[in-house]
Amino acid sequence: MSKTEIWQGTLALMILKTLDALGPLHGYGVARRIEQISGDRLSLNYGTLYPSLLKLEQEGWIVSEWGVSENNRKAKYYKLTRSGRKQLEREANEWNQTTAIVARFFAPMEEQS
Amino acid sequence: MRKLRAWLLRFKGLFFKEDQDFADELESHLQMHIDDNIRAGMSPHEARRMAVMKLGGVDQTKEAYRDRATIPLLESVVQDLRFTLRQLRKNPAFTFTATAMVALGIGASVAIFAFVDAALIKPLPYHNTSRLLFVTETTPEIPRAALSYPDYLDWKKLNRVFESLDIYNGRGYPLATPTGMEMIDGARVSAGFFRTLGVAPLLGRDFNEGEDLPNAPRTLMLSYASWQKRFGGKAEIVGQPITLDETPYTIIGVLPQNFHFAPVENAEFWTTINPTGGCFTRRSCHSLQGVARLKDGMSQEAALADVTRIAKDLEAQYPDSNHNQGATVAPLSEIIVGDVKPVLLLLLGGAGLLLLIACINVASLLLVRSETRRRELSVRRALGATRMRLIRQFVIEGLVIVAAGTLTGVLSSHWTMQILKGLIPTDMMAGMPYLNDLGLNPRVLIFALVIAVFATALFSLSPALRLTTLDVKEGMAEGSRGSAGKVWTRIGSKLVVLELTTAMVLLVGAGLLGKSFYRLLQVGAGFETKNLITMRVRAPLSAYSEDPQAVALQRRVVEEVKRLPGVTAVALADTLPLSFNGNTDWIRFVGRAFNGEHNEVNQRGVSSDYFTTLQANLLRGRMFSDAEDLGKPQVVVINQTLAKKYFPGEDPIGQRFGDLALDPKSIKEIIGIVDDIREGTLESEIWPAYYYSLNQQPDIGYSVVVRTIEAEQSLIPTIADTIRGIDSRISISSQTTMTARVNQAPTVYLRRSTTWLVGGFAAVALLLGVVGLYGVIAYSVSQRTREIGVRIALGAQRGMVYRLILREAGVLALAGIVIGSGCAILAASLMRKLLFGTPPWDITTLVCVAIVLGLSALLASFLPARRAASVDPISALRAE
Repeated sequence: MSKTEIWQGTLALMILKTLDALGPLHGYGVARRIEQISGDRLSLNYGTLYPSLLKLEQEGWIVSEWGVSENNRKAKYYKLTRSGRKQLEREANEWNQTTAIVARFFAPMEEQS
Repeated sequence: MRKLRAWLLRFKGLFFKEDQDFADELESHLQMHIDDNIRAGMSPHEARRMAVMKLGGVDQTKEAYRDRATIPLLESVVQDLRFTLRQLRKNPAFTFTATAMVALGIGASVAIFAFVDAALIKPLPYHNTSRLLFVTETTPEIPRAALSYPDYLDWKKLNRVFESLDIYNGRGYPLATPTGMEMIDGARVSAGFFRTLGVAPLLGRDFNEGEDLPNAPRTLMLSYASWQKRFGGKAEIVGQPITLDETPYTIIGVLPQNFHFAPVENAEFWTTINPTGGCFTRRSCHSLQGVARLKDGMSQEAALADVTRIAKDLEAQYPDSNHNQGATVAPLSEIIVGDVKPVLLLLLGGAGLLLLIACINVASLLLVRSETRRRELSVRRALGATRMRLIRQFVIEGLVIVAAGTLTGVLSSHWTMQILKGLIPTDMMAGMPYLNDLGLNPRVLIFALVIAVFATALFSLSPALRLTTLDVKEGMAEGSRGSAGKVWTRIGSKLVVLELTTAMVLLVGAGLLGKSFYRLLQVGAGFETKNLITMRVRAPLSAYSEDPQAVALQRRVVEEVKRLPGVTAVALADTLPLSFNGNTDWIRFVGRAFNGEHNEVNQRGVSSDYFTTLQANLLRGRMFSDAEDLGKPQVVVINQTLAKKYFPGEDPIGQRFGDLALDPKSIKEIIGIVDDIREGTLESEIWPAYYYSLNQQPDIGYSVVVRTIEAEQSLIPTIADTIRGIDSRISISSQTTMTARVNQAPTVYLRRSTTWLVGGFAAVALLLGVVGLYGVIAYSVSQRTREIGVRIALGAQRGMVYRLILREAGVLALAGIVIGSGCAILAASLMRKLLFGTPPWDITTLVCVAIVLGLSALLASFLPARRAASVDPISALRAE
């Protein structure tokens, strides 16, 4: 797996989780939220978000719809579909397992011997 | 599943752009970000700058988004496709010419291939056809002689190689129809015939074992066509009685619709052979053809060895009848397809060459175009287009032209096939039932596809190869000529030589076929074929079983028909001339040493006026007189070949011969010698023949030959009615004229149509080749305008300019003619079998074709030469 593929996969997971937590949201909102949650440690070009959103939409995990923002701006809102929610659960599980396994490799050395 | 959905959506994105939607979304994104930034205290200008920066650039984002919305690789292909279509639309003359050439080549090849497929590739409607063999006896004179019934029984019993061996022969059955008694085509088979072929009836049952014994009740199976036409396709017909030829039969089954068996043509009634008396009891009477299925593991060679062994044993056992009677086997499919195979392969070869020449022509057109597009390509290359991208452009161009050409070609080939099929005479079609479902089946379409792929490769590769020599700097330089033009002229002239060579091969082929055909028509029939009506007559056996009754009927038929206005002479013959060599007799001469040899000669029964009616040429002696009939000593007229072969330096008149045993009843005296009348086809050799008088050995079935003053066609129904008027039970068939018989004889028809088709291919090839030559010379002249201008300015005469250009063209034409002659002789030796009286290296044809090609080439190069000679030196020099 190349670096971008991992990044895209994680980004997709973050988007799904964000939409799950906050409900329908526009691209700008999703980007801001991801930055916030990461405690500004993750600095991403907001533009990279849109191909990911499109991919998720093409795969049917999310749907989009034009709406009006809190500041009365026209904005495209993304919403998790039911299958998207299930997908999120699956991917969250996988993520947890993967990180747990990787974490073991980096656990203190004494336990291994 | 999800992935597929995503791909489909992206594919849709190729054609339905939603760029505006995303532009709106980005705009709203930026607005929200700007709002936030302003709220955080930035100036509006700064706020926008920061928002765009954070986004990572508007255009970059749009591009990344588009890559995901569509399929990037295909996206650019679609772009290339749009570009190509635009280019082709802008250049309709080129587009039309290229497409038409491809369509022509592919249309011709596909149409011919469909015939090849129907005749040679499509499986025959039998089970496991490759295991089926055609099995018969053979004699030194007749490579495929028929089996006699007693021999068949022995072969069937003694062979170790066949799972089963069955026999068939064709025969006609008189049937009462609304228009009177008619002879209907039928066939007789042994009981296991259909089981050997692996054909099961559509309705009812097959013949049972034992139904082909002499005393078995007569049974009959109908062909599908007959069932539909004569019995309205009713299922109840099975089990019904029917009377044919005064014998009651029971209809027991109907054969499947797709069943056909070419050797018996359109046989409608299939009955069993119930051998009673006559021919079936004699080992020397050969009237049957065998069909066998090989045992598993047995080869054709093993089968041949085995039947040859049996034939040898029988020869030892029955030296009289089986002297020199060998055995032969051949794949059944070969017998069914017959003579058509080499003709079809020849035509396919011709169509292939035409396709080749058309493709080369289009390829050189494309090359010229790529030449004129050098600047465009150089600019694109300089702007960063990869070589792959430019090559892809050419591939797509080739693909579009080929696709359009193939589509047009395949559609038009459908019509061509139907037209060609419609041109085949009905009688001939009957011998080729496998052509009935000719059409665009998957095999033919795959063939078209394969050609299309090759053509695309050729068309896209040739200009693409040129790309490798493309020098960007040079290509962009205004008006530069440089080496590129010369490179093209070199490739182009090679292609033209190839085209001219191909045209030469096709022209020589057509010339040789034409000459063979002409030679064939020059072959004398030995009688006057014009103004002769012929028809086959058969009287019911019960009413004319006694010889005197039969003789009386023969005389009456001749008399009544002769009385009709417009008729000048009437005669009868048991077998018409120009039919076949066969129906032979083995003769032994009285007063000569005899070692059991079989002097095999054609034997023909004719009425007394036969030779006068045919206007045959009596060489010596006399013809029959009508008074020589039953009870009088038997007399015969022999042909010149028999006289030369058996009476060299002797006078045959008055000599006598008889059968192998010199049975007193068989002794005949020779009373005359007639110039050879061609009994077989025009191309077969003349066999020795003797003619006996039907007055002395009468028959109930014969052909009536009527000489008319003129307007032969219109008399046919009158003659038929007159004969039916004598006895309404007489059946009549094959009503035609001798001219039609000559013209529609399969060998003549095949030759004529082959000559026309190959001639057509050759004419088109000549045109294309000459156009190709014109293209190269014209291009070369346009490249050399400046040089020619300089030459003229320096004092060159116009005549010299002409020579310059014509020499260039002459070298190409000469190369094409010389190489072409070599290839043509090679190709002609391959089709030697199809030539008649013409050697493959026929010098007249070669010279004529070379002259035609040379003159056409001269004409094609004269136009550019004139343009070159009329170059105005001043404007030519200034133009650069």
